[in-house]
Amino acid sequence: MGLMDYTAVELGKKIKAGEVSVLEAANAAMDAIDALEDKFNCYVTVQERAAVQAKAEELQKKIDDGTLTGPLAGVPVAVKDNMCTKGTRTTCSSKILENFEPAYTAEAVLNLEKAGALIIGKTNMDEFAMGSTTETSHYGVTKNPWNAEHVPGGSSGGSAAAVAAGECSYALGSDTGGSIRQPASYCGIVGMKPTYGTVSRYGLIAYGSSLDQIGPMAKDVTDCATILETIASHDPKDSTSVKREDYDFTSALTDDVKGMRIGIPRDYMGEGLDEEVKAAVLDAAKKLEEKGAIVEEFDLSLVQYAIPAYYVIASAEASSNLARFDGVKYGYRTESYEGLHNMYKKTRSEGFGPEVKRRIMLGSFVLSSGYYDAYYLKALRTKALIKQAFDKAFAKYDVILGPAAPTTAPKLGESLSDPIKMYLGDIYTISVNLAGLPGISVPGSLDSKGLPIGIQFIGDCFKEKNIIRAAYAFEQSREFTNWSLSGKEEK
Amino acid sequence: MSKQYETVIGLEVHVELATRTKIFCGCSTAFGGAPNTHTCPVCTGMPGSLPVLNKQVVEYAAAVGLATNCTITQYCKFDRKNYFYPDNPQNYQISQLYLPICRNGHVEIDVDGRKKNVRIHEIHMEEDAGKLVHDPSTGNSLVDFNRSGVPLIEIVSEPDMRSAEEVIAYLEKLRMIIQYLGASDCKLQEGSMRADVNLSVREVGAEEFGTRTEMKNLNSFSAIARAIEGEMERQIDLIEDGKKVVQETRRWDDDKEYSYPMRSKEDAQDYRYFPEPDLTPIVISDEWLDEIRSRQPEFRDEKQARYKEQFGLPEYDINIITEDKTLTDLFESCIELGAAAKEVSNWIMGDIMRLLKEKEMEASDIHFSPANLVKMIQMIESGAINRKVAKKVFEAIFDEDVDPEVYVEENGLKTVNDEGALRKVIEEIVANNPKSVEDYKAGKKKAMGFFVGQTMRAMKGKADPAMVNQILKEMLD
Amino acid sequence: MANIISDETIEYVGILAKLELSDEEKEQAKKDMANMLDYIDTLNELDTSGVEPMSHVFPVNNVFREDVVTNGDDREEILANAPEAKEGAFVVPKTFD
Repeated sequence: MGLMDYTAVELGKKIKAGEVSVLEAANAAMDAIDALEDKFNCYVTVQERAAVQAKAEELQKKIDDGTLTGPLAGVPVAVKDNMCTKGTRTTCSSKILENFEPAYTAEAVLNLEKAGALIIGKTNMDEFAMGSTTETSHYGVTKNPWNAEHVPGGSSGGSAAAVAAGECSYALGSDTGGSIRQPASYCGIVGMKPTYGTVSRYGLIAYGSSLDQIGPMAKDVTDCATILETIASHDPKDSTSVKREDYDFTSALTDDVKGMRIGIPRDYMGEGLDEEVKAAVLDAAKKLEEKGAIVEEFDLSLVQYAIPAYYVIASAEASSNLARFDGVKYGYRTESYEGLHNMYKKTRSEGFGPEVKRRIMLGSFVLSSGYYDAYYLKALRTKALIKQAFDKAFAKYDVILGPAAPTTAPKLGESLSDPIKMYLGDIYTISVNLAGLPGISVPGSLDSKGLPIGIQFIGDCFKEKNIIRAAYAFEQSREFTNWSLSGKEEK
Repeated sequence: MSKQYETVIGLEVHVELATRTKIFCGCSTAFGGAPNTHTCPVCTGMPGSLPVLNKQVVEYAAAVGLATNCTITQYCKFDRKNYFYPDNPQNYQISQLYLPICRNGHVEIDVDGRKKNVRIHEIHMEEDAGKLVHDPSTGNSLVDFNRSGVPLIEIVSEPDMRSAEEVIAYLEKLRMIIQYLGASDCKLQEGSMRADVNLSVREVGAEEFGTRTEMKNLNSFSAIARAIEGEMERQIDLIEDGKKVVQETRRWDDDKEYSYPMRSKEDAQDYRYFPEPDLTPIVISDEWLDEIRSRQPEFRDEKQARYKEQFGLPEYDINIITEDKTLTDLFESCIELGAAAKEVSNWIMGDIMRLLKEKEMEASDIHFSPANLVKMIQMIESGAINRKVAKKVFEAIFDEDVDPEVYVEENGLKTVNDEGALRKVIEEIVANNPKSVEDYKAGKKKAMGFFVGQTMRAMKGKADPAMVNQILKEMLD
Repeated sequence: MANIISDETIEYVGILAKLELSDEEKEQAKKDMANMLDYIDTLNELDTSGVEPMSHVFPVNNVFREDVVTNGDDREEILANAPEAKEGAFVVPKTFD
C-alpha cells in the first residue's frame, strides 16, 4: 500500500508518529502527479517539486517542535482553482484569468495552512464552476480515474479525480448546485457541502454568491469531518459567514444510527433515476435500517422546480459577479481594440468560454428591465417554497437519504451537446444549495460498468453532525470496500 | 406672445459621509494620496473579495433621515446596480433600490420670506466610484480607486422646486443639517456634496409634468443656478419649435453654459438591480433608532431660538452665525471659553465676514482656534490693547492662528498706559496747533477728534483711547 | 408558449453583458436562451402568490465593521496583475469626450 492510498487522517497520524516524513508524503504525491497527470489532467497548476519539498521540510520542523499538532499537518492537499492563493496563479479554469496571481489567500485555504497543510496544486474545474463535467475548462478536460473515457463530474472534477487517483490525499472543492457532491459521486470519493455560511467565502471567486460554499473532498467520511473542522470558521471578512455554536464535527463519527429518522423522498426515486443507482440507494437504506434507523419514504415536493429556479438565481448572480473581468485590473485583455466598450466586449468574448457566456447572457436577460419580476422574483419565491418543503421534511426526519446523481459518470463529450439534459444531472443536489443545507455524498457501490455510485445524505441547516453520523454508519456497513484505485488494472 | 412656462425641478444630492474608512473595507477615506494608495482587494474589485458594511454609515444615514423628517426603513437591504465603467471596479455599484434606509421626508426652505416644504422621496446608502484622469501624452485614461468605496448617501427629492433660488435654498438647508450632524463637510467644490438636477418644463397650469432631463457635473451653487437657467431655456426652445424633449442624462458645461447628452448606445441604462447577496439585511431596532435620535445635535432652528432667548442677539446676527456649522462652532466655543456673546458675535459679523469676503474663503475654511480670539477679546477688555490694534492682531490670528499675547509682545503693540509720557506728547501737539485749540474753544467739537487722531498717530496707535480723551479734556477745557 | 428570442434581444443583452457574439454564436445563443426560458417558464405552474421572495436563506442581520482603518498601502499588489499600468494607476482606453 502506497502513501497515497492512506486517508488524510491516516497519513497525518503516521507523520505525527514519525513513521512517515512530510517529505516522503510530498514526494509520493508529486510522484503520483508525474505518473498520472498526463492521463487524468486533474490540475491546472502543480507547484514546483522543489518548492513543495522545501515547504515539507518547514512543516516537518514545526511538527517536530510541537508547533503543529493537528491531524492534517504535513498531509498533501489540492485546492480547487477558484480559491485565491497568494503568489500561485488562480484561473477558475478560464482564459480570462490565465495569468492572475492573487494578492491574498482565501480564508478557507489560510485555515488549512494554519493547520500545516501541504498545498501541492490547484485543481481543474468547469470554467468559473459552471458545468457538471469539468469539460468546460480552458485547460483541458479532466478524466475519470475509474474509467478515463468518462467524465469526473463537475464542477470540482479536478479535485474529485485527484483524490480518486491518489494525486493528493484530499482536496477542497466548492459547491453551488452540486459541484462537490456530484463529482465525488462519479469518482467514488466522499464530498461534503456544509451549511451555507459555515466555511468563509472570502477568497472564493464567486459564481452564485448566495449558493456557493466550500467543502471537503476526501477518501472517507472521517477525513471529511476532520477537514471541515479545519476549514470552517466564523470570518468577519465574509458577511454571510455564520458563527456556529460548535465546530467539533468529528465528534459525530460514531457508528450509531439507532432511532435516527431517515426519509427517502419518493420524488427522488422515480423517473430519470438509473435503476442501478436506485438499487444502491435502497440498499443503503436497508443497511441503515438494520443498524436501527427508522427509514421511510415521503413526498418532498417541488423537486422539478429546483433546477429552473437555480438557473435563474445562479445565472443572475453570475452575470453580475463576472462583470469585474473586463481587462482593466487583472487577467486577460484583448490584443487590439478600438475604444473602451470594444475593449470590454472583445476581452470578455475572447476570455470566456461558451458555457460561461451562455449563463452570463441568461443572467443578464432575467434581470433586465421588464423581466425581473417574472423571472428573478419568481425564482426567489420558488426558493422560499423549496426551503419550506425542507423545513417540513426536517420536522419529521433527521436526515434525508437519496442519490447524489441520477446516473453514474457519463462518457466524455456526451453532456455538453444538450445543456438542459446536463443541468438535469444536478436534480438531487441543487435544491440543497437553494435551501442552504448541508449534504454529503458517500460511495455506495459500483454499477455494472464498474463506475461508482454516490449516496447522498442531506441534513437540516447546521445539522452536519446528523449527516456525518449517518454517512459514517453507512460507510462502516458497505460490502464493497476497495475504493482505492492504485495498483488496479488500467481501464 | 409666447406661452408662460413653469420649471419643475427635483434633485439627487450625493453626500460623502465623514467616516474614517470606506463603506465596505478598512481603507482610509482621507483625501489626497498618490493614486491607488488607499486601496485593497475589496475596493478594487479583486476576485473573491467581499464587502463588510461600516456601521457608522448606517448611523449617519439614519441621522440625516431623522433630521429631514424621513421614515426610517427598519428592515433595509443593499442591491447591486450593474453597469460597466472603469471607475467602478466590480462593474456594479452596491447601492439601495428596493428598500432604501430613509423614505418620505421633507425639509422646509425659505426663499425671500416665503416658506415651503420640499419633500424627500428617499435617502439611500451607496459606494462612490474611483477617479478617471485623462492622460494627454497617450490619450488614454488612468484609473485611481482611492475614492472607490467612499460612503455616500443619495438624497432624492420630489420634483417640488420651481426655481434656481428654491434649489439653492434646499441645498443650503441640506448642507446645514448634514454639517450640524457632522455627517459630512458638504463641500461642493471638493465633491463631498454633488447635485444632479432633474428638470422639466410645462405650461403654467398644466397638470402633467413635461419630459425631464438629468444634468450632472454641477460643482457650485452658481453653476447649478446657471445650469437650471440654461436647461430651462433649451427645453422651452425645443417646445416652442415644436420639438420634443428627450429623456436623457446631460452633462452641464459651465464654460459654454450649455448641457450635452452624456450616454452612447453602449449605455443601455438598464441597471439590472437585484439584492446584494454578499451583505446581510440591516435591521434597525427601535432601541437603536432611539439611540441615534438621542445623539442628534441641536439644529439650526432650535439654536436660533436659544440664541435669541439666552443671548438676546439680533435676528440678523443669529442668522449669519447659524448659517454655517464652522461659525456656529466657533461662536459656541468662544462662549464656552468665557467670552461675551455679543462681543463674539460682533467679531463674527464684522471682521470675520469681511476677511472671508476679501480672501474669497468659505466659512468652513476658517482654521484659527477660538481660544486665541477669546484671549484677544480679554486683552481688549483689560485694556492691554485697544480696539484699533485688536483689528490688526485679529488679522494675524485669522491668517496664522497666532497667540495674541505673543504677537502683541513681539510687535510692540501693547497699549501705552504711562500717563506722564502721554501728557508730554499731548502737550506738544496742543502747543503746535493753536488754530485747532481756538476752534475747539469756539465750540467746534470736531477739533477734539483732530487732537485724538494726532495723538494716536504719534503713539503709533498704541495709546489707551480713554486716557487720551481724559488728558485732552483736562488741557483744553 | 415557446419563447422566441429576437436578434434585437440578443444584441441588447450583448450590450448589457459586454459580450460580442459572432453570427453563429448569436444563433446558438437565441436557441439556448429560448430553450432555457421555456424550461424556466415551468415555474409558472407554481402558485407563488403571497410568498415573500427569499434572497437570503438565513435570518442573519446586521453584520458590520467598526469604522477603524485597518488597511495600509497595498498599491503594488493591487497593480501587480494589471494588463496596463502607469504612474500607479490602471490604464484604460480614453473615457473622456
